[in-house]
Amino acid sequence: MSAPATVSPRRWRRPPVIATPWLRWVAVAGVIAYLAFAVVDLEFDYARFVRGVPRGVDMVVSMFPPDFSRWDLLLGGLLESLQMAFFATAIGVVVSIPIAVGAAANVAPKWLYAVCRGYIGVSRTFPEVLIAIFFVKAFGFGAFAGVLTLVIASTGFVGKLLAEEIEAIDPGQVEAMRATGAGPLGVLLFGVAPQVMPRYIGLVIYRLDINLRESTILGIVGAGGIGAVLYNSFARYEYDFSLAILLAIIAVVLVAEWFSGFVRARTK
Amino acid sequence: MLEIDNLTKTYADGLQALRGCSLTVPGAEVVAVIGPSGAGKSTFIRCINRLVTPTGGSIRLDGTELTALGERGLRGVRRHIGMIFQEYNLIERLTVMENVLAGRLGAVSFMQALLRRFPQADVDRAFELLARVGLEGYENSRADALSGGQRQRVGIARALMQEPRLLLVDEPTSSLDPKVARSILALICELASELGIPALINIHDVGLALRFARRVIGLSAGEIVFDGAPAEVDEAALSRIYGADDWRDAFRQEGEEDRHVAGEGMAS
Repeated sequence: MSAPATVSPRRWRRPPVIATPWLRWVAVAGVIAYLAFAVVDLEFDYARFVRGVPRGVDMVVSMFPPDFSRWDLLLGGLLESLQMAFFATAIGVVVSIPIAVGAAANVAPKWLYAVCRGYIGVSRTFPEVLIAIFFVKAFGFGAFAGVLTLVIASTGFVGKLLAEEIEAIDPGQVEAMRATGAGPLGVLLFGVAPQVMPRYIGLVIYRLDINLRESTILGIVGAGGIGAVLYNSFARYEYDFSLAILLAIIAVVLVAEWFSGFVRARTK
Repeated sequence: MLEIDNLTKTYADGLQALRGCSLTVPGAEVVAVIGPSGAGKSTFIRCINRLVTPTGGSIRLDGTELTALGERGLRGVRRHIGMIFQEYNLIERLTVMENVLAGRLGAVSFMQALLRRFPQADVDRAFELLARVGLEGYENSRADALSGGQRQRVGIARALMQEPRLLLVDEPTSSLDPKVARSILALICELASELGIPALINIHDVGLALRFARRVIGLSAGEIVFDGAPAEVDEAALSRIYGADDWRDAFRQEGEEDRHVAGEGMAS
């Protein structure tokens, strides 16, 4: 009996994340109320869910066996998708370079930085399908709109990530090149480019991988490629053909992913 | 001939790195600049090739006023000022040969630099210089595969590739072990007198400075407080340069100055 019995045990609780009690309760009540409103407003209906399940099962059953009889149509769409992806990647990753340089705060003047960051911000705000809808309206149906979409998306993606890589380079190498009397292009070529090259190659391969996936769905909004064929097969209830298309897309995506991983693992 | 008159530098946040430094180096002469960390050595040497823009004063190299030069003129002068860095500042991912040829970056066209098609005379000279600094046969090694001493030899060859009229050397030995440091410093001094050009060497190792330099400049809190032959550097001179041995303060200031130099170096 060493401790005096008069000392009560000191209790401890973790302090709440929101310190003010009334604010805490208002926040919790607000989230619950909005969730309830959303469920009611969207007419999320259990009975409808139950009725839909057998219909879904029917659809999956009618997909088998996959129908490859119209392989020419399938192959044509797939090849168009591949062409769109390669072409758009080739243009996009080259255009990305000046954009990335302009969007790197340590090498670009402030006004150019603002312009390039603005472009990257806008191009990354919209999902590919949204950009594709816009280009289909502007330039008509077909692969042209799809290619433009993928170019814009590629420049935003590669531009942003490459710019961040440029901002993280060793300034000493840049300083040494400036000290030799090299002009801005010379400094970029020797002081900056070698430092970011492995990352750039990785980004190019990664973007090609993404563009291959994207090119398969852009057809759904009319921007060319296998997506249009897929959409039509669904509209005509030719689910066995749909499955054949889906299997082909999965095969392409898997190959692309394997290739992307293979190359990126070798550019360190 | 290098003439510096009343050179001042105040950084944007008010730090006065240089407070009116004057110095004339008439001909081929190895000048060691010593002083405590944060005395402004790094700023002083970088003001001369304007990697740091001086706030006031004048710098003349062979009669050309450097502080008044525009971008183009500045690059022209920098081409003939060789610089050697503490951290070597080699382009790590490029070969030794590319690093040495980078000394001619200001003199070749963008396409020549991009395709690595340097004039034959430059390639010949690069091979000669590599042999001279003791790196024969290393032309195809990547810079990041070399030891510290070997890297600094590449740095020296790069600086000499510029056919310099002045050598600026910033703490060439701080990243090296004592034995290698001596051989590197000996090489720099030897080459400077061979070429008949002045060399300004920042060095915090007083022993090395007294051994290799023909003239010693003492910098303290942004002012030149000593200027004389190595034999004249006695205890009185050293206490004038290093003051009360308040090393804690000195170390903190060094961090500050490095940050300033790096910040300014990346701009423009």
